[in-house]
Amino acid sequence: METYSLPPKPKNSLYKKVKRVIITLLVIALYVWTFLSIDIDWGRAIERAISNFHRVIPKLFNPDWGATGEVALSMLETIFIAFAGSLMAAVLAIPLAFLAAHNMMGGKIFSTIGKWILSAVRAFPDLILAILFVVAVGPNAFAGVLAIAIGSTGMLGKMFSEIIESIDMEIVQAMEANGANKIQILFYAVMPQVIPEFLSFAIYRFEIDIRASSILGIVGAGGIGTMIIFASNNRNWNEMGTILLAIIIVVTVIDFASSRIRSKIV
Amino acid sequence: MTNENNSLAEKKTPSIYPAKIKMQITVIFFVILGIYLFSMYWTQKEMVGGFAGALGNMFTVIEKFFPPNLNVVPAIWGPMVETIQMAIIATTVASILTIPLAVLAARNVTTFKPLYYTTRTFLNILRTIPDLVLAVIFVGLFGIGLFPGILALIVFSLGILAKLISETIESVDMNPLEAMRASGGNVYQVIWYGLVPQVLPQFTSLVLYVFEINIRASVVLGYVGAGGIGLILNQQLGFYNYPNAMMIIVLIFIVVIVIEYISNKLREALI
Amino acid sequence: MIEFNNVGLVYPNGTEGLKNINATIKDGEFVVIVGLSGAGKSTFIRSINRLVTPTSGSLLVDSEDIINYHSGDLRKLRTKIGMIFQNYNLVKRSNVLKNVLAGRLGHTGTLRSIFSLFKKEDIGLAYESLKRVNIDEKIYNRADELSGGQQQRVSIARVLTQKPKYILADEPVASLDPPTSHQVMTYLKKINKEDNITTIVNLHFIDMAMEYADRIIGMRAGEIVFDGPVSEVSEKTFEEIYGRSIREDDLRGGADES
Repeated sequence: METYSLPPKPKNSLYKKVKRVIITLLVIALYVWTFLSIDIDWGRAIERAISNFHRVIPKLFNPDWGATGEVALSMLETIFIAFAGSLMAAVLAIPLAFLAAHNMMGGKIFSTIGKWILSAVRAFPDLILAILFVVAVGPNAFAGVLAIAIGSTGMLGKMFSEIIESIDMEIVQAMEANGANKIQILFYAVMPQVIPEFLSFAIYRFEIDIRASSILGIVGAGGIGTMIIFASNNRNWNEMGTILLAIIIVVTVIDFASSRIRSKIV
Repeated sequence: MTNENNSLAEKKTPSIYPAKIKMQITVIFFVILGIYLFSMYWTQKEMVGGFAGALGNMFTVIEKFFPPNLNVVPAIWGPMVETIQMAIIATTVASILTIPLAVLAARNVTTFKPLYYTTRTFLNILRTIPDLVLAVIFVGLFGIGLFPGILALIVFSLGILAKLISETIESVDMNPLEAMRASGGNVYQVIWYGLVPQVLPQFTSLVLYVFEINIRASVVLGYVGAGGIGLILNQQLGFYNYPNAMMIIVLIFIVVIVIEYISNKLREALI
Repeated sequence: MIEFNNVGLVYPNGTEGLKNINATIKDGEFVVIVGLSGAGKSTFIRSINRLVTPTSGSLLVDSEDIINYHSGDLRKLRTKIGMIFQNYNLVKRSNVLKNVLAGRLGHTGTLRSIFSLFKKEDIGLAYESLKRVNIDEKIYNRADELSGGQQQRVSIARVLTQKPKYILADEPVASLDPPTSHQVMTYLKKINKEDNITTIVNLHFIDMAMEYADRIIGMRAGEIVFDGPVSEVSEKTFEEIYGRSIREDDLRGGADES
């Protein structure tokens, strides 16, 4: 066997090594803590699963067709909630996005404040917003609309501001050189560049909102979620099967339609 | 802005946009407006007081909810921690289970078409089911507790993660894999040396992203009995104890922001 | 020794990649295959390590017909045949040493390789190979930090680490500039002579073929239209192979600069 000289060891700085060791230890500690302190009663869960299985699973796959009409109506309400909510959000997001984009309003302070507002809004889960609005306007579908509208504004505002930041500023300069005023620049230089992508993201957000609005009823904010809670409380798994089927079909169809429209726009 | 042009322009001057497109856009605009107005009518028809009343109510709500009751923090800290742990476990399990699924759903690795389409369809259906619906079903199956919640998060995040990772796999450079096959590497070696190094940074980044999603999802799972802080939030709202509920909401808000901040920093370091 | 006996290859979509190929390549030869793109050069080379599978005839490597080889045999065959690609085919995110060690995969067990437990000799061999192509100082750099010529040298080191009996090179200089092209060809020639490794290179540059080859095989439309030592080759031979007169872009040039 021939022998060869071994290559020199890689020169990693002490800082890097220490950092790697610390990160590894932290991750291990996190897992040990998580798995030691989590409290799951396996015995009971398995026992329940065995006795419940035949009462739940076969029924889910055997939908209650008698409930179709009611389910369809609730699902329609869900679509209305998502539609009204996304549209409101898309409109609300535009001024916020211009505020948050660093190449518009002309101030770093404005842009920082705008970004803070948007990320604060995004930190609220949709359902928490729905809880607040249910208390405010009562348990009805409009609380859902408001929850979706506010929840989506955070994400759309962030996306829109990133789109605005990526536009070609030379066109704006060209218009300024023409003597156009701010409003004219907005409509002739900025808007044409951003509108297609704004639309595309708004439609994409509508996809997400359909999913989000289908569970809002769990806290009383209308739509198909109301039926989910009833079916669950009554152990009516056949009806749950119908609801599940309705959600799967509607979400799939809307995802498909939306991706077709979006590929046409951009 | 086009209206202004029209009023000024004589009939013979050409319009900026072709008439057909103008027509289409007008029709689409009015259809969207129509659906919107109808949606607003529909969703408000069961509401007392209408839109104006709603705005007035906002202030009463703010009055009810504020100030949040800081004294409940020690009592809700435990369930909050439990909620985070649920998300950690669910994300970990999902990121392991996602590997075979993602490979099967990647067109460039799974060349056997029926298998590829089956996996894709399965994942697409999985992604249409909302997290809370999964939780409701699992609670029905396993009873109230953490376990159905964790299971719901696993299944829910599996759909998202497997799709995103399969797209990452589809975008890798296949040339090094050919080189390793040519030098006598077997299937596992080719995947380990050719594919894994190209996918790993993206994989970690996507797992962190899904962890953020799971944190948001886990805080509300308790609402349907699937463990975590949502249960207590539901109880406090049921007792009309709004300052306590607000404190829980504030805590959720802080936890979500802190975790997203950490996760963002980690992801920036990765790529 | 590699022997093609009436080898033909028809792709699933019906195109004929190879038509009735007969050729024998003796140990230690440096053969350059020339021809226009689509002439079947790549198919010819890839048949030898079975990245593509001929559909008729017999193809002997060390007097064994490899056409019906399956997983185990195929791995053994590929282990003794190194391959160099036009686009280097390195894992861009991995460092140079790891890329070079990938050449040892065929000699390493699956478990060992998954835990990166390469033998000391293998790591030494990898380093030695990098030294031979003068790129040992980049050993811990990531592959995507290197220039094209450096990456191609790393891929030569990967092949050397494999300790092959044959080297196949598929358009190794097509993505490089003239001076770097000559450098890469010089390394290939040097290795061919020093280690007595049979080397088969696909090129479409006439001047480079003439400069480095012992023997030239000309291909057109999946057939061998010329096969002989460099001394028998003239401009007219190339015009016959290409089916047209020689143009500026058939030459790499820059031989004097390197």
